[in-house]
Amino acid sequence: MKHVDAYRDPVLAKTLRAAIAEEATGRRYALMEFCGGHTHAICRYGLEDLLPPTVTMIHGPGCPVCVLPIGRLDMAIELALRPGVILATYGDMLRVPGSNGNSLLKAKAAGADIRMVYSTQAALDLTEKHPDRQVVFFAIGFETTTPPTAVALAHAKAKGLRNFTVFCNHVLTPPAIDAIMATDGTDGGIRIDGVVGPGHVSTVIGTGAYEEAADKHRRPIVISGFEPIDVLESVLRLVRQINRGEARVENGFSRAVRRDGNAKALALIDQVFGLRDSFEWRGLGAIPHSALQLTDAYADFDAERRFGLVHRTVPDHKACECGDILRGVKRPSDCKVFGNACTPDNPLGSCMVSPEGACAAFYLYGRFRDVAATA
Amino acid sequence: MCLALPAKVLGITGETGTVELGGVEIDISLALLDDVQPGDYVVVHVGFALSKIDEAEARATLAALHAARQAAAPPPPQHRNGGEEAAG
Repeated sequence: MKHVDAYRDPVLAKTLRAAIAEEATGRRYALMEFCGGHTHAICRYGLEDLLPPTVTMIHGPGCPVCVLPIGRLDMAIELALRPGVILATYGDMLRVPGSNGNSLLKAKAAGADIRMVYSTQAALDLTEKHPDRQVVFFAIGFETTTPPTAVALAHAKAKGLRNFTVFCNHVLTPPAIDAIMATDGTDGGIRIDGVVGPGHVSTVIGTGAYEEAADKHRRPIVISGFEPIDVLESVLRLVRQINRGEARVENGFSRAVRRDGNAKALALIDQVFGLRDSFEWRGLGAIPHSALQLTDAYADFDAERRFGLVHRTVPDHKACECGDILRGVKRPSDCKVFGNACTPDNPLGSCMVSPEGACAAFYLYGRFRDVAATA
Repeated sequence: MCLALPAKVLGITGETGTVELGGVEIDISLALLDDVQPGDYVVVHVGFALSKIDEAEARATLAALHAARQAAAPPPPQHRNGGEEAAG
């Protein structure tokens, strides 16, 4: 497959592996891959096994369903159970556990009208099929899923749709990276020496969006593609910058990412959304200016306003370590319920649900890594 | 949701593009991109093309990677992919 196979070349992987091993010496390198897509690639291709013991990959919080706090999911479940409402959601959200063992899937079984959609257009299509019902799109995710939500809202406003609203939970990557880099390792967090930056998010926001964080914290960020060669090359670039005492933003995914991102998508986001003062992230807590809400011009399409939804903070399941795992403080295998009480079929925490979640990626690809071979 | 592959644009009607994604033809929205032509590769995410793959950048990246490889060691004879990508 073009633009894929060439970045899975085993000979290039061996060259990069040797270069990393040669250059990553004399200190430890704690590198965080922010994006769950990278966590997935690292687990799927066994990339940690190609890295020398000096380099540790720390899995970050860039998994959309993982960072949504239970309180926000509870609001969606409550909304879905209201008469006359159709809740349209990306499939990843269906099995995420809410409070009291509830989930959207269980709400659907109890009679709520919940539809899985692959795009915001499919949610808009529901408004035409069901003019007598209120269609609410459960909008989650980072800057990748935000422009499609903005397209749907602009369309709904242009058509004057009266039965379409968005329950907005879109979050922003740079404030979360800033919050993680602000940790020095003494305050319950973990000190990160460099960040493998998200590739698809950066197609929208551009590499320029990270320059402030790299400057402020004096640590490098390398934007990476999602194939194994991309990730290994980004690790090598980070090791080199750290060795030279540099703290630049580098673009390791230049075939898809530009410095200024996607101007059309950013303009649309600006038109439809404004910053929230603060937003609660699972694991990271409340981060100022880290999430979006609909502007007043789009107030009629804001589900929180139309339905009077109120957010309550709800603690995670007490056995679940998702919070610490999302901060990079713990690894999935450190969690007592990992792989026994908590599995992808029966997740206790959000990190076990989506394939981008660190626990699900570990479960799928890496859970036997630490087990000695017996054959 | 962040898991995506480059998709080849086969045809365009208005803001809708028909793409080939992993051997399957699907319709996606091109509302977020300008200047997409059939034959281009785009990064597709939840039904929308977010970015066009820059062929020149892709070639430059691969050329640099292979140059570094050849500087480190001569290529083994059984290597299949060579310096260029397989035809898409």
